[in-house]
Amino acid sequence: MGIESEYEIPVLTTTVEKMVQWARRSSIWPVTFGLACCAIEMMAMSCSRYDIARFGAEVFRGSPRQSDLMIVAGRLSRKMAPALRRIYDQMPEPKWVISMGACASIGGVFDNYAIVQGVDQVVPVDVYVPGCPPRPESLIYGIVQLQRKIAEQRLVQV
Amino acid sequence: MADAAALVASIQSAVPDAAIEPAASVDLQATIFVTRDQLPAVARALRDHADLKFAFLAELTAADYWPHEPRFEVVYVLVSIEHKLRLRMKVRLSGDDAHLATVSAIWPAANWLEREVWDMFGIVFDGHPDPRRLLMPEDWEGFPLRKDSPVQIRRPTTTFEPLQVTAEEFRENVQRDRLSRET
Repeated sequence: MGIESEYEIPVLTTTVEKMVQWARRSSIWPVTFGLACCAIEMMAMSCSRYDIARFGAEVFRGSPRQSDLMIVAGRLSRKMAPALRRIYDQMPEPKWVISMGACASIGGVFDNYAIVQGVDQVVPVDVYVPGCPPRPESLIYGIVQLQRKIAEQRLVQV
Repeated sequence: MADAAALVASIQSAVPDAAIEPAASVDLQATIFVTRDQLPAVARALRDHADLKFAFLAELTAADYWPHEPRFEVVYVLVSIEHKLRLRMKVRLSGDDAHLATVSAIWPAANWLEREVWDMFGIVFDGHPDPRRLLMPEDWEGFPLRKDSPVQIRRPTTTFEPLQVTAEEFRENVQRDRLSRET
């Protein structure tokens, strides 16, 4: 980017790709979707003390059709897996998934018949956030990592 | 709280034909065993008899004592709000013949509780109006709370479409539940 000084108004030049990447990573809207105790930390992250609005990701949407990001916050039971997949399928492209906590990532302490041992069996995961549950700072770090990933995603695959 | 022995005696007098077997309980709550065949008659008497009036089914669950036989015990926890009484009623079932009559027509609250017991233990409730699984996925194989059921399984996760019910089927289900309550 460069500032063109020959005009009277300030002008910023850039590429379409960089502009789109900037727009996408600066307004990640997560879907309101909590499964277990990790969702409490996710709510804390979105509230004023940790304030994810600083990173432009505070607008939790009630509809998957308005969302960019799914934070899988908690253990996923086998019966819930089809519902999670359906919500993911309803989200418009581009979309990203954060697997929050030990249970969502690998099953955690629930190594039993009822719990999916890792949500990457059901949806493609972009960022794994470790912890049981992860503190809000961890999840913010996960979102920042996701923003770095989005900033490098090319618009056209060559 | 009334004396447990006196309560058992009044139950016996309410249904003279049934073999009511009192059982010791650590918490001094009245506990009886009844046989599978006499369960419907005893249950109806417990609900309707003037001295008992156990109109409230607080809990219905089961226990698996595998590998001992008889393997299962189905437990009914009953409350008589009118007489301020609580009763624990149990039915023994063997592992290879695990079925008994439903009480969902006597206590409608038993409907989902019996579905849960069927789902978890595989105990069949004869005459149940809606014998589907309650907690596990519809296509699940096995009964997780049986003692010989594996805790950890290595099975791929399925993301099938959830069970779809049309509007007509939904209305039929509601209507059938209403009919089962009136009997």
